Amino acid sequence: MSSPYVPNVDADRQEMLKAIGVSTVDELFKDVPKKFLNAEFKLPPPLSELELKEKLRQIASKNVNTEEYACFLGAGFYQHFIPSVIHHVTGRSEFYTAYTPYQAEASQGTLQSIYEYQSMICQLTGMEISNASMYECGSAAAEAALMACRITKRNKVVVLSTVNPRYYEVISTYTREHGIELERVDAASAVKLGQDYACLIVQYPTFLGYFEDLGSSVQTAHESGALLVAIASPFALAMYKSPGSYGADIVVGEGQALGNPMSFGGPGLGFFACRNEYLRQMPGRLVGKTVDSDGQPGFVLTISTREQHIKRERATSNICTNEGLVALATMVYIATLGEQGLRHVAELCYHKAHYAEKELSKLKGYSSAFNKPFFNEFVLRCPREPRLINEALFEQKIIGGLDISNIIPNGMLICVTEVNTKADIDRLVKAAARF
Amino acid sequence: MTPKNYKFTKEHEWICPDGNKGTVGITDYAQHELGDIVYVDLPSPGAKVAQFKRMCEIESVKAVAEFFAPASGTITEVNQAAIDEPKIINEDPYGKAWLVKIEISDPAELNNLMNSDQYDVYTAKLTKEMKE
Amino acid sequence: MRHHYVLPDISKPGKIGCSLPALDVPASDLPSKDALRQDLALPQVSEVELIRYFTDLSRLNYGLDTGFYPLGSCTMKYNPKLHEDVAVLSGFTSVHPYQPDKSVQGALQLMFELQGLLTEITGMNMTSLSPMGGAQGELANILMLKAYFRDKKDLKRKRILVPDTAHGTNPATAAMCGFEITAVPSDADGNLDLEKLKSMLNDEVIAITLTMPTTLGLFDPHIEEINQLVHKCGALLCGDGANLNSLIGKVKFGDMGFDCVQLNLHKTFSTPHGGGGPGSGPVCVKEHLADFLPSPIVAKQGDAYTFMTPSKSVGRLGSAYGNFGVIVKAYAYILSLGAAGMKQVSENAVINANYIKEKLKDSYYLPYDRTCMHEVIFAEKWQKAVGISTMDVAKRLLDYGFHPPTVYFPLVVEGALMIEPTETESKETLDAFIEAMKTIAKEAKENPDILHSAPHNTPVKRLDEVAAARKPDLRWKMTK
Repeated sequence: MSSPYVPNVDADRQEMLKAIGVSTVDELFKDVPKKFLNAEFKLPPPLSELELKEKLRQIASKNVNTEEYACFLGAGFYQHFIPSVIHHVTGRSEFYTAYTPYQAEASQGTLQSIYEYQSMICQLTGMEISNASMYECGSAAAEAALMACRITKRNKVVVLSTVNPRYYEVISTYTREHGIELERVDAASAVKLGQDYACLIVQYPTFLGYFEDLGSSVQTAHESGALLVAIASPFALAMYKSPGSYGADIVVGEGQALGNPMSFGGPGLGFFACRNEYLRQMPGRLVGKTVDSDGQPGFVLTISTREQHIKRERATSNICTNEGLVALATMVYIATLGEQGLRHVAELCYHKAHYAEKELSKLKGYSSAFNKPFFNEFVLRCPREPRLINEALFEQKIIGGLDISNIIPNGMLICVTEVNTKADIDRLVKAAARF
Repeated sequence: MTPKNYKFTKEHEWICPDGNKGTVGITDYAQHELGDIVYVDLPSPGAKVAQFKRMCEIESVKAVAEFFAPASGTITEVNQAAIDEPKIINEDPYGKAWLVKIEISDPAELNNLMNSDQYDVYTAKLTKEMKE
Repeated sequence: MRHHYVLPDISKPGKIGCSLPALDVPASDLPSKDALRQDLALPQVSEVELIRYFTDLSRLNYGLDTGFYPLGSCTMKYNPKLHEDVAVLSGFTSVHPYQPDKSVQGALQLMFELQGLLTEITGMNMTSLSPMGGAQGELANILMLKAYFRDKKDLKRKRILVPDTAHGTNPATAAMCGFEITAVPSDADGNLDLEKLKSMLNDEVIAITLTMPTTLGLFDPHIEEINQLVHKCGALLCGDGANLNSLIGKVKFGDMGFDCVQLNLHKTFSTPHGGGGPGSGPVCVKEHLADFLPSPIVAKQGDAYTFMTPSKSVGRLGSAYGNFGVIVKAYAYILSLGAAGMKQVSENAVINANYIKEKLKDSYYLPYDRTCMHEVIFAEKWQKAVGISTMDVAKRLLDYGFHPPTVYFPLVVEGALMIEPTETESKETLDAFIEAMKTIAKEAKENPDILHSAPHNTPVKRLDEVAAARKPDLRWKMTK
């Protein structure tokens, strides 16, 4: 039987081969040395659509999913409710089966969507310009570090220790071979930057959930002529003052929480925004508004000379494919909730997290690790190793918080969002009380 | 018309010398080859440049061209008008759209450049080769 | 149907696009006023207006499901619907990346098996699925090369050779890793200039990055010789698998001597491009590079799957494990094809490209008149003679209902028109495309104005890119 994805049948192929002037397909592979051609591939036999669906259903069922278990994990990836509008828009194949919008006249849907996305990211972060997206938060932060080095012509980057350690690892991967010195400093100590620092990277709120004084971080960076890179949580931006209003120079973050499933960590969305003066040093694609030959408004990819396909080894980044469809979903999500809805969800997260923190701290042996303002994540000191507590919670169909006992003794980073009901939180408290 | 009192490089920069000072720009041939110019990245006043070494970058929508200093020296002034409205480079490359002024460190270097007649012959030859 | 408005134009205070739950716990005190923002302004639109707005926008787009999309080097093949359905199973989407291993055995199994399948397909020894795009896969490769030679204490190698035909990501990536880049020219047949290559190879060269087939859509018949020359000088052969679609199920990268190769699941393995991502760019390597793979990879211990970090890993490329949602679709694709199905893919892709080449070579100048692989490249030479550019041809194609091919790439071909039909197009579609291309070639001579002013039937006419770049308008603004 022929494949549903290959429409030509034998008769077509014969006719085409004849038109080409060969008698066998392998004549078309004549440039391939014989010994490499028609290698043996040990692959499983093909499955029909019916069989494949069943197989994938079985594999999926081996994962515990957060629709069946209450989940209190965050640390960069968040479970939020996704209104139906989102997947009905992203599910339109005019969007998801299109390529990067190189031919503007046939891609106005994608281009206008990106323009809307760039605008909304600017509104959220309080910055002047945004690109069309990066892979995810870690690599966006890494690209921000590289960009700061280009702008300042300096080569030292300092990251506060309250930045998510995974982001630090990615920044390290990206900067290592670039001749950049990367330092991690304890946030508690007063940071002093020399004149050779390109940027200070902070997280807002921090990996540990609480807020540090962003204004003074900005001041510290600017006093030495360095840039301030803020890694921001998007839902916090719906409620708290924007990094832009504190004077941050580059703001990046993980956009997954805005309308996208966690999908075991990918695809995510690295949003990337900065001040207008840094436009030419930005990585990634940009969409701009212009007019057509009739004077009607339209959108195009623009300022492309920064990019790899034109500037090659002198490009601002090697990024090509980014996270287009995720950016679309994120934009549709922001539009669906609007300023009021986004604030409402942020406040739900805030109140529920604070309720959980209060109730858990009341338990014997448990305490909140920091007496500092937080948004929807907090560190709980547990009476025993978080690993053991999580195992017990798991039995109760609860996925507990992230075990960070390597950072805080018996510390567990707990995240609460609007999908965690009061009943879920009470169940968590009750189960935790057994230790 | 190629200005008679200017000197030219093979990379299509011009310099109009005035004692040990000089005004620098790109030629009409260069702006034509680039097409609509959208962005100019000029060095800052005080920067040192060396003859035939990288001086600035000029961008069209889909290309980036490097330009080189026609003489060694120090940048004394940059043309903000060319930065603000790059299209004047297309419109008036020998006049309004000068790019930088240089204090020339070694005026003898100017002997390495073409005069306007030589440059016209040179670009005519390039145009002919292109057509073939 | 046209869009003269953006979301703020249809926003009205008080509208919302979904209903939200009320608070079900006792409220806590909100933070102090100085911490909170009052300036957040975003569009407020009802659900019905949103859906109409985005449905309208989608109609301004041309996707693969709309029609033929022969973008060269992009492998715009059909995206099977089955994949979209299985990828949204809640056991795949509603899974947190930091859940305990025992609760994600299905995800780990799928990744483990895909690592194995891609390793077999490329003829390598080990695979990491971490990179989230082709360019990030290239970055992983170059980082591994650097780490490998540093580990061998061979520190002299600071140069990478990149063919002049290569995609821009190749030199851009090498530069990100601090390498000097030397372009290797191509010869008159479109192959790598072997004499030039020989003169460039020495103990300062770390590798050559080679796309195979090349970005000219040609298989370089000197691959064995290149392999020997490169390895003889102690350098490695680094593959760019962007064009794997012509070799899949037919030829293995490992057999040809490549030490590492990055794949594009969003090209060869049929996952949708999404208007510019998400993609996935796994890297497959030989044994000697396996310890350097980006972290993490999935290992099997007894019956259980677990993440592990290779002993000399170049590190993490992202906070999680790559674009898992994309990985699921590629896995489904491979299982749906099997070995024979895969061979059918490459063979049909190559037949389709050569068919177009043969049918159009009298209408468009063919700079390399030889058997091509998955794509064919024409140049604008004959049209240029009558004042028509490749861009004019591309824009006119839109009027005939086809997405244009890749244009002006690779840079070594003047006014390149790069056509990649893929295996998922029927002869009927190709014939209709060929007919349109021939008509355009005729129009170029007889009625050039209709090409200069093309497109005529699209939602917008030719857009002013110069104005866009001179005075960038990159966003709207809303205030409270």
